[in-house]
Amino acid sequence: MATMESTGRVVGSWRAAWLRVEGYFTWYRRYWTSNLYSSGLQPVLFLAAMGLGFGSQVQAGPATGGLSYLQYVAPALLVSAALQVGVGEATYPVLSGFKWQRDYVAATATPMTPGQVFGGQLIWIALRLTLSGAAYAVIAVFFGAWLNFGAVLVVLVGTLTGMACATPMMALAATTFDEGMRFGLIFRFVVIPMTLLAGTFFPIAQLPLVLRLFAWISPLWHGNELGRGVTLGGVSGLAMLGHFAYLLLIFLAGAWAGRRYFYRRLVV
Amino acid sequence: MVQAKALVKRFGDFEAVRGVDVEVRRGEAFGFLGPNGAGKSSTMRMIASVSPRTDGDLRVLGMDPDVEGPKIRARLGVVPQQDNLDNELTVRQNLQVYGRYFGLSRAHVRRKAEELMEFAQLTDRADDEVEPLSGGMKRRLTIARSLVNDPELLLLDEPTTGLDPQARHLLWDRLFRLKANGVTLIITTHYMDEAEQLCDRLVVMDNGRIVAEGSPAALIAKHSTREVLELRFAPGEQTSSSLKVEDLAERVEILPDRVLLYTHAGEAALEQVTARGIHPVSSLVRRSSLEDVFLRLTGRALTD
Repeated sequence: MATMESTGRVVGSWRAAWLRVEGYFTWYRRYWTSNLYSSGLQPVLFLAAMGLGFGSQVQAGPATGGLSYLQYVAPALLVSAALQVGVGEATYPVLSGFKWQRDYVAATATPMTPGQVFGGQLIWIALRLTLSGAAYAVIAVFFGAWLNFGAVLVVLVGTLTGMACATPMMALAATTFDEGMRFGLIFRFVVIPMTLLAGTFFPIAQLPLVLRLFAWISPLWHGNELGRGVTLGGVSGLAMLGHFAYLLLIFLAGAWAGRRYFYRRLVV
Repeated sequence: MVQAKALVKRFGDFEAVRGVDVEVRRGEAFGFLGPNGAGKSSTMRMIASVSPRTDGDLRVLGMDPDVEGPKIRARLGVVPQQDNLDNELTVRQNLQVYGRYFGLSRAHVRRKAEELMEFAQLTDRADDEVEPLSGGMKRRLTIARSLVNDPELLLLDEPTTGLDPQARHLLWDRLFRLKANGVTLIITTHYMDEAEQLCDRLVVMDNGRIVAEGSPAALIAKHSTREVLELRFAPGEQTSSSLKVEDLAERVEILPDRVLLYTHAGEAALEQVTARGIHPVSSLVRRSSLEDVFLRLTGRALTD
């Protein structure tokens, strides 16, 4: 069984991260139905209820850029679903990697490093976001929710927004040692208010100044603006660049902190 | 395979390992024996190249873990104290996914998984999820997984803690086979019988330090007598009765529930005890074990 020479070898960093993604995919293949339901079909239900149902009571006007409410809300529903998936995938599953399932601990006993494990998790979340965004986008076609092929870009905006929310949460999860009580609080007091107030269902111009400030700093508002901009228009190129830069900055800052805390937690 | 000199591990103010020297040679089964908190696992994690040392010198497979951790880990097998299998994957998938982390091809891990499931007697459960498996099966799968890269050095941290006797014996049998195949084993345990069964050589650790080193037999010969007479007394009588038999043995240990008389002839000592009109509730003559060595060296019983 054992030879004098081990067959194990060190693989390159990107390859190592990709091998983690392979592992996640092995798991996903067993559970994809329930996953795709919660991450891809749930926003479709929202689209039906808010876009078609509630939207039938809303008249197209200046606030919706002269569009039907369905078309106005469709890109933002994709982006705000990405926020939920991004935060969801970056909290309990990540804490579990350290604490319950301990798969990060298992993986770093192999030639893999904590940085590669972090990278693998990051790529996996990005793929999940893109997949569920694409599933939503395709179904929304049948609702007549899209104006043009800018919808494809909205999927990417969703992924970017989701990632910008995921990396700081991964950093937080890596520094969480209890059962993750704080994640519930973040969902209740940050994610839900963000979903309701950061321009998903109505323009933030309707908000009092204090809440508008909250919307301005929230990644979701920037994602919503960018998502509408790429398909509905009405947002200047410079503003879009600004939204993009803001999301990218949060993503990078979160990734930098997350990678650091992964090392700190796994190399002790 | 492993050389450690004055190895130290500190966590903040707490010094878990306080200057440990060990050398493990190719092909041997080496043990770290000691109670919980003795520093065994910390030492093990440093050897596994997942925990940087605070001080001292360490070489694993001739390399410095601080510099070439991934290269070392590529050639190690690790069985952690706490199972960390993927409970939502099947037995086979656990082996295949993990094998890929060592840069092994798909075809290779497919073959290897078959071979390892055979070895771990899990072929019947190959395509079952891990979650419902028994503790012993999970432990065997963890060991099978640690062998996926044909490691030159296998690290087992408390391999049989929490298993029933039957599962333990099956596991020991598998470890003997590995040893026969030339795999170097390093085992931490707080079970005496496990250390006596499996280890060619071991160190006894207490409070972050090595207090003795040698083969199980040599340690017993050096630190204990050939036999031990164990006496149990009725509640309240232990103190007075033990005073009367102290001179019958080379050494006496008084534990909360029994008195141990270290002697080269246990039966003879027992006859003398009864001749003095002392009648313990029960008595037992047995051979000395590593437990006695530990008691002698640290003044404490090993298991709480």
